[in-house]
Amino acid sequence: MVACLAALAILAPRIAPWDPNRPDVKKILDPPSARHVLGTDQLGRDVLARMLYGSRVSLAVGFVSVGIATVIGLVLGAAAGYRGGLLDAAIMRLVDLMLVFPRFFLLLAVLAFLTPSIWTIMVVIGLTGWMGVARLVRAEFLALREREFVLWSQSIGASEFRIVWRHILPNAMAPVLVAMTLGIPAAILTESGLSFLGLGVQPPHATWGQILNEGKDAIELAWWLSVYPGLAILVTVLSYNLLGEGIRDALDPRLRQSGRRFVTRRA
Amino acid sequence: MLVYALRRLALAVPLLVGITFVSFVVLHLAPGSPVEIGGGDLDPSAKEAREALVKAFELDKPLHEQYGKWLLRLVRLDFGRSFAPDGRPVLDKIGERLPVTLVLNLIEMIIILSLAVPIGVLSATRQYSTFDTITTVFVFVGFATPDFWLALLLMILFGAQLGWLPISGLRSMNWEYLSFWQQQWDFLSHLILPIGVATFGGLAGFSRYMRQSMLEVVRQDYVQTARAKGLAERVVIGKHALRNAMLPIVTILGLSLPTLIGGSVIVEWIFAIPGMGQLMVQAAFERDYPVLMGNLVIVSTLTLVANLLADLAYSAVDPRIRVGARRRR
Repeated sequence: MVACLAALAILAPRIAPWDPNRPDVKKILDPPSARHVLGTDQLGRDVLARMLYGSRVSLAVGFVSVGIATVIGLVLGAAAGYRGGLLDAAIMRLVDLMLVFPRFFLLLAVLAFLTPSIWTIMVVIGLTGWMGVARLVRAEFLALREREFVLWSQSIGASEFRIVWRHILPNAMAPVLVAMTLGIPAAILTESGLSFLGLGVQPPHATWGQILNEGKDAIELAWWLSVYPGLAILVTVLSYNLLGEGIRDALDPRLRQSGRRFVTRRA
Repeated sequence: MLVYALRRLALAVPLLVGITFVSFVVLHLAPGSPVEIGGGDLDPSAKEAREALVKAFELDKPLHEQYGKWLLRLVRLDFGRSFAPDGRPVLDKIGERLPVTLVLNLIEMIIILSLAVPIGVLSATRQYSTFDTITTVFVFVGFATPDFWLALLLMILFGAQLGWLPISGLRSMNWEYLSFWQQQWDFLSHLILPIGVATFGGLAGFSRYMRQSMLEVVRQDYVQTARAKGLAERVVIGKHALRNAMLPIVTILGLSLPTLIGGSVIVEWIFAIPGMGQLMVQAAFERDYPVLMGNLVIVSTLTLVANLLADLAYSAVDPRIRVGARRRR
């Protein structure tokens, strides 16, 4: 599923039947037909083509923002878990602090003053989403740093960086990988929510949330504008969630009991 | 117990300061300035007006000075005035919207809990049954459904197609002409769709969590003991197991509070409900500095307080927490 969606996004320019930004006054709000499989919007643009291009934005935002969040989370979590002490306390209070803010409120406050582009959205979503990863990594590091193989490398004088990078990190990656897989759909949901409000990726870039936002005004005339993009989000998020669950079960049966997924779920 | 409560309270104070700091920094370090609205650069009078604004709100002072002054005013509960044309005090604006959001979230939470607990218990005690499979599918779909999309679909179905339920605001236009009971019904019918949408996602999460928690508890020795004593299955599950399985739910409830409140942003926006979320979106569009900052501070402080209460409630119910906390620190 996930691979199919990625392929669709990458191949969008080749398989899209129409130019996603070409308006056609003769075909405004056409219902789905053989020529326009999912119909057209208020400007006569093909919905299927716009959705295919939209999937590129959604997936890109998902991957990049989760990448940013993971890097921040890894660095802070590793520092807190390995060093402990004052640094640990400071970082964990920072995590607590960030978790007190409802994410959507924080995002809105920041986005009010930025010129919205795909990049700002990615960065902002990443910067507000690293706390879960930091906690996970810290917990893993706390447990791993007492293990024999770490004590052993410390005793032979390996550098701190080497111990963290080569010995502890690879062992701590399993839950991080799961958190990443589950973070992507969360980021996609957040992005589409922001775009839906009109504070996310700006037109003429097609994104799923954007199409839904435009479709909202024609909701009684053109159901296809509202139904299909939402369905696309649902299917994408669902398949990443299932993939994440799968990886979780495959990598480490102990993690099956974790309820973290819920906490990191939405904006 | 008292010592524990005081300790938790002491830990909350730096967080409170942190909240004000983050709210301030987030808004002041962003590259755009609140007075740069639209293409006013060409118009000389706009430039003058902008300079007047900068002066009036002391935006030309150094940041730490601005922060200090703002903090001093916050202590006196003075959140400043809105940048919007009405220029009303921020506290008034928030004050009239806060109850709406609080009531909505409270109702949501009650509905979520009262549905998620039985669902979780049933699917845990009948693991892999048809009921369990159905709820698992529901949970995954619930996780993946964008709430604004669900809202749109329900609006099409119940609002536009069937015309059963109102789709925006909290009251009908003819509210004043309705009898008392009609007014109550009118209010309720305006709440059905927004609350339905808002509970959907949360319900999925909580019933899943309840199931997990119950599955763990059912395997414990004391449940076996209860069974061995010959207690009825109803008592074993309903009393011995359920109480223990509920414990983590309290924590999760506290943790997921920001998520719930954050979710109300979109729901309030779509259904035109005059709450904090809607105010936040409007303020974001208008770059209404004082309202944005005030909103951030108040919403996150409330979350902090709620987390604190959840923690205290948790430790009141489960003595192990208190003892454990003392030993750990």
